Amino acid sequence: MIQHVDNPVVEIHDLTVTYNKKPVLWDIDLTLPAGSIIGVIGPNGAGKSTMIKSIMGLVPLNSGYVKVFDQDLQDVRSRVSYVPQKESVDWDFPASVMDVVLMGRYGKLGLFTRPRKADKEVALDCLRRVDMEAYAGRQISQLSGGQQQRVFLARALAQEADLYFMDEPFAGVDAATEKAIINLMKTMSEQGKTVVVVHHDLQSAVEYFDWVVLLNLRLIANGPVPEVMTGQLLQETYGGKLTLLAEVGELLTKKEFPSREKE
Amino acid sequence: MEAFWIIAAGSLVAIPCGLLGCYLILRQMAMVGDAISHAVLPGIVIAFFISGQREPISMLLGASILGVITTFLIEFFHTKARLQTDASIGVTFTWLFALGIILISVFAGKIDLDQDCVLYGEISYVPIDLWITANGTIMGPRVMYIMGAVFIVVLLFIIIGYKELFLTTFDPKFAAASGISVALWHYLLMGAVSFTTVGAFESVGAILVVALLIVPPATAYLLTENLQKMMLITAGLGVVVSFFGYYLAAWLDGSIAGAMSLVAGVLFAAAFLFSPQEGLLTRKKRMAFATNKDS
Repeated sequence: MIQHVDNPVVEIHDLTVTYNKKPVLWDIDLTLPAGSIIGVIGPNGAGKSTMIKSIMGLVPLNSGYVKVFDQDLQDVRSRVSYVPQKESVDWDFPASVMDVVLMGRYGKLGLFTRPRKADKEVALDCLRRVDMEAYAGRQISQLSGGQQQRVFLARALAQEADLYFMDEPFAGVDAATEKAIINLMKTMSEQGKTVVVVHHDLQSAVEYFDWVVLLNLRLIANGPVPEVMTGQLLQETYGGKLTLLAEVGELLTKKEFPSREKE
Repeated sequence: MEAFWIIAAGSLVAIPCGLLGCYLILRQMAMVGDAISHAVLPGIVIAFFISGQREPISMLLGASILGVITTFLIEFFHTKARLQTDASIGVTFTWLFALGIILISVFAGKIDLDQDCVLYGEISYVPIDLWITANGTIMGPRVMYIMGAVFIVVLLFIIIGYKELFLTTFDPKFAAASGISVALWHYLLMGAVSFTTVGAFESVGAILVVALLIVPPATAYLLTENLQKMMLITAGLGVVVSFFGYYLAAWLDGSIAGAMSLVAGVLFAAAFLFSPQEGLLTRKKRMAFATNKDS
């Protein structure tokens, strides 16, 4: 069940990515529709985050190409926003909530300009949209997991993009934050923006997304939720046995670096 | 007058070192500063061969290039050979440092350069190491000019690149995704560290440079949770360290660089014990207060 769309926001062609000679994504071909809330779903180590990172140009590609809005990422960077996993930064960093949200404006500012009043207003407005306005002056070291995630979302909103990639935004957040995030995504999608979310909870996936990508090293399915979230396809994604390819990858790594630990 | 020049030279070294050190410790690269400060030696020697004299500009340039090569090698061994960062630092800087020592010892007889003058600049010589122009005018201590220039360059670098340095330090992935080159800012910062280290090295000596690069920023880190304040506190600490270090040395009649490093260490210990948020004793007191209130 791999459905292709016309005028996709993202087009991935023939994409293969390896870490240390072990494939993490194998021959991915997919297109994503505009204006949807898209879930990228699969077991741990299935390459979900890697797929987002390869679209954002953060990992080297072994083969294939990625097009965003039918162009190279470099030419449309200001229209694309990325929310890394919140664990990827040091939350003890000496910075305030406002400092972090303003980072969303840096890409537009260029080298010699400092954030102006207008940028601060945008940042405050974005904080309001995630219910964090009261925390603008707070140090980030004092935030809870859910608040950290909201700050990251506010930073992404401050980029005023059309396409958002979010890496596990629901991981380690409280129920209220989860609800706030999903409402925010619905609003964004109503405004014609596209949101791509890495996610691993199957139950909520049916409820949250209207389009789903099932991934486990290779692409299992790509299409609207009712057609993709079927027992058979999920079995294929999560099924006990890994694909032959994964085993080959495993063997390659062992042969090449017998005494090393895998990452 | 002697006291003034030494304290001023100490401060001029401490401020740029400390400002760059703030970024180093936040990037968890404190020891890279140490590595760079040693690995630049062959750069200094080669620059000396090319220019033929101990002229500061070519030496700073040679050292800066070597510093960037050092950080490149550290990254290279880490990513390509999958060596741990600390091992990679250890391999790179000892090897380059040794190369510098060999270059000096082989050519020592022929040129006016020795380990002492390159490695162990001595801050107490600052007032007598004067810049005298060709027609005999005395312009004041040479170190003040070198470190003054370094100070201005570093200050401009941090002011112009503040938001890029802030973002690439806090969240490199997001920086890359928004089109800011993480590698470029990494190497610019490392270039600035090399440049500063070498200028400072020759002026005040090795131990003091490494101490000033790490200890004041680490102290400031304990005292505040705001990067701009952290940098201001670091700069202030640099001046305090130079001032009290000088008078401690005068009182003990001992090494000035040693006394300054010692003062920096004592201030760190004080911050560790008494910092309003993180201090060991402050926390104990707060906890005791809380338990008293409960009972």
